Amino acid sequence: MSSRFRENIEEALFPPIVALLVALICGDLLIMSYGQSPGMVYRLLLEGTWGNAYGFGQVLYKATTLTFTGLAVSMGIRAGLFNVGAESQLAAGGFLAGLVGMGLSPSLPGILAILICMVAALAGGAIVGAIPGWLKVKFGAHEVIVTIMLNFIVLALLNYIVAARIHVPETLHTPEIANGVLPRLESFLPAFHGSAANLTILVALIVAGLSWVYLFKSKRGFEMRAVGLQPEAAEYGGVSVGGAWMRAMIISGAIAGLGGINYVLGYKHYYEEGFAGGSGFLGIAVALVGRNHPVGVVLAALFFATLSQGGLAIHAFVPKQMVEVLQGVVILAVAMSVPEVRAALRRARKPVAA
Amino acid sequence: MTGSPAATGGRDAFAIRMEGIDKTFGSVRANRGASLEVKPGEIHALVGENGAGKSTLMKILGGLQKPDAGKMAVNGRDVTGWTTSDAIASGIGVVHQHFMLVPTLTVAENIVLGMEPRNGLRFDHAKAVADVEKLSKETGFAVSPNAKVADLSVGEAQRVEILKTLFRGAKILVLDEPTAVLSPPEVKELWGVLRKLRDAGGTIVLITHRLDEVIEISDVITVMRGGQTVDRLKTSDTTPAQIARAMVGRDVVLSSRDEASALGAKVEGDGAPLEGFHPSDDMTSAIRVNDLVVMGSRNTRAVDGVTFSIRPGEILGIAGVEGNGQTELIEALAGLRPIVSGLMRVNGHDVTREDVSARRDAGVSHIPEDRHRRGLILDYTIADNLVLGLQADYTRRGLLNGDRIDENAAKQIEAFDIRPPSSELPARALSGGNQQKVVVAREMGRRFSILLASQPTRGVDVGAIEFIHSQLREARAAGKAVLLVSAELNEILALADRVAVMYRGKLTKVIPIEQADEEMLGEYMTGTRSETAA
Repeated sequence: MSSRFRENIEEALFPPIVALLVALICGDLLIMSYGQSPGMVYRLLLEGTWGNAYGFGQVLYKATTLTFTGLAVSMGIRAGLFNVGAESQLAAGGFLAGLVGMGLSPSLPGILAILICMVAALAGGAIVGAIPGWLKVKFGAHEVIVTIMLNFIVLALLNYIVAARIHVPETLHTPEIANGVLPRLESFLPAFHGSAANLTILVALIVAGLSWVYLFKSKRGFEMRAVGLQPEAAEYGGVSVGGAWMRAMIISGAIAGLGGINYVLGYKHYYEEGFAGGSGFLGIAVALVGRNHPVGVVLAALFFATLSQGGLAIHAFVPKQMVEVLQGVVILAVAMSVPEVRAALRRARKPVAA
Repeated sequence: MTGSPAATGGRDAFAIRMEGIDKTFGSVRANRGASLEVKPGEIHALVGENGAGKSTLMKILGGLQKPDAGKMAVNGRDVTGWTTSDAIASGIGVVHQHFMLVPTLTVAENIVLGMEPRNGLRFDHAKAVADVEKLSKETGFAVSPNAKVADLSVGEAQRVEILKTLFRGAKILVLDEPTAVLSPPEVKELWGVLRKLRDAGGTIVLITHRLDEVIEISDVITVMRGGQTVDRLKTSDTTPAQIARAMVGRDVVLSSRDEASALGAKVEGDGAPLEGFHPSDDMTSAIRVNDLVVMGSRNTRAVDGVTFSIRPGEILGIAGVEGNGQTELIEALAGLRPIVSGLMRVNGHDVTREDVSARRDAGVSHIPEDRHRRGLILDYTIADNLVLGLQADYTRRGLLNGDRIDENAAKQIEAFDIRPPSSELPARALSGGNQQKVVVAREMGRRFSILLASQPTRGVDVGAIEFIHSQLREARAAGKAVLLVSAELNEILALADRVAVMYRGKLTKVIPIEQADEEMLGEYMTGTRSETAA
């Protein structure tokens, strides 16, 4: 059993590590093509992120949103669904949280206001997630197409509502919320001063923990993963495949939507057009590199957040777009290395008794 | 390669000559010294039960598989172990049971696909249509070149499939179960087409189970059984009964009846599989099915008015060639396929409209015919697979009870001798026999009153077959009602108390096993005899 456990860990960790090494080599070549020293650029990248409290705070802030969207995408994949709509689910969650927060009485206890806003965020994402789920179960519409198209529709709709109805003049954002602010980390640790990191990170870690329990310890999770692996066997096991899909899309959307509080409750305290800024799409990469496991997703979110923040730190020497190229290389390398590295690992081990 | 001095028989008179063909897949010997001799210009039927090795032999002929031993020659040229492209270039065309057509393309486009006529760099559509029309006229197969394949009937699609091979210059046509999907008038049409081809000098090998068809269309018959060629008959000199006898023959499994029950006694000693059984729960009633109608995937009545009942402590065997509605029947009884009309009662309760879980709770266990698709989640551990479908029983407040799942796994692995005995291994890592034992352990190692066992020993080794047979006998002895669907006649004869044959969605009259013999069942199975249950 312990050797089995070790094999699982190996199969989970090796492919991303191999992919990372491949990406590092590509990064070296890129940096050298700009006439810079890779060692120096990587050092700057680390110093600008993990090397000082502000940079680290920014990494944590970005990783928080990516944890939500990564968990959202991986929840879908576990049920055999590819949710490409985390971007609009995230925006819808943030929007509803902001809208509800605007209307709350300032006299309401803060913790209660936060919880109400969080429920609003969950609901916003869940509604946007439920639509492709329902269309798939009811009409067989492919969730990839529907979620992509819904991204356009939902983002345009929110844009219209904000621009036409409730924006603060001269801006693209709503008025600030009246209640429900999540404190920033700097109010506990002054070293984080200026960084956007806030208590949403705790919510993200709790959601990651709950996702793990749901997926691997609950009956619903057992059934949902069964549907993702072999729908016909799940059906044989008494599982309603459509029901599992519906649940997966609602949960996936809700998790992505909850990610919206990172910006709206924790950072700016208002909803702003375009705040999601691609975090929903990057969530796909996070889920992929994190191997759809909550622990992996948290680590992958930290990794992508580091790259993204690090791009700013090295901007003086190489274009910050270089890290986007690196992200792309990591994603490609992971996608390719997973089967390759697994096969190599299996070959290296003595065959399992037949 | 060409002109090899070792060529079998130099320029003998056979279009196809295969000799001593051996082919092993893992532990299964699909062909054991099989042979086939087909003369040019004849329609040659290749018959045998499921798993007799017909398809493997044809795959070797078509170059999809390489033989482990043996020789084969086409038109006198040694072609042992050739590739598919060699086979196609030498004029061998295989029409598979499942059509390989692109539904969104037209008939003409499908036929020329891969050998498209060109006009410079562009696809010459007009020439493709003209070519197909010409071919259609020459062969007398009416097709409309501009129709979309998606709009065709099954019979028309099959004609397109045949034309496709002829377009590639096939002189030897292999058809795998061509009539399985056709309606009777379409079958008649197909025969006309095949006769035309033969009269034009073509050679046709036809794989089929249906003896009425064999008699009607073929010139010569080769019978296979257990991977070997057992008989070669001239159609005009033979009777369906003779063919049926050759097809089912006798087999070692049947003679091991005593051996298997000896093994069963050992299992009884362990006692574990039957834990939780209380005779009083089950003795009063079992399963009753009235006039059941179930639709198949092609929107045909796959199960067409089936009625039967099983007493506690009885095994009802359903024999039959696959594809006559057995799959749909079992799936409908298990709750996996809607029942269009009719009634299903379990221990007196009407469960016709209940879902899978409700039927399981009502006492229905189900060993599905395809463990890789339905019976197991291959990436789940043995422990998790042992509770698939029972997950609700291992749940408290929404959370799975891991300790109880592990306990159950330890118990079942021991009781059913699952190897390797490691509950954390994914089901994928097990051999076929042990995978099937996981399914059997799950379905029989719990409280149940009715067992639907569909092809319970398919693709498993002899040891596992005997073990599973002994388990089924155990279940009978413990008062369970067992519905056994098997393509293996020997299995039915060895286990069942009563037997019915399923043919084209209907059941023949149920006969006590003492009155049944292979020859008679063979005739019912192949449709040469019919007496439908009232």
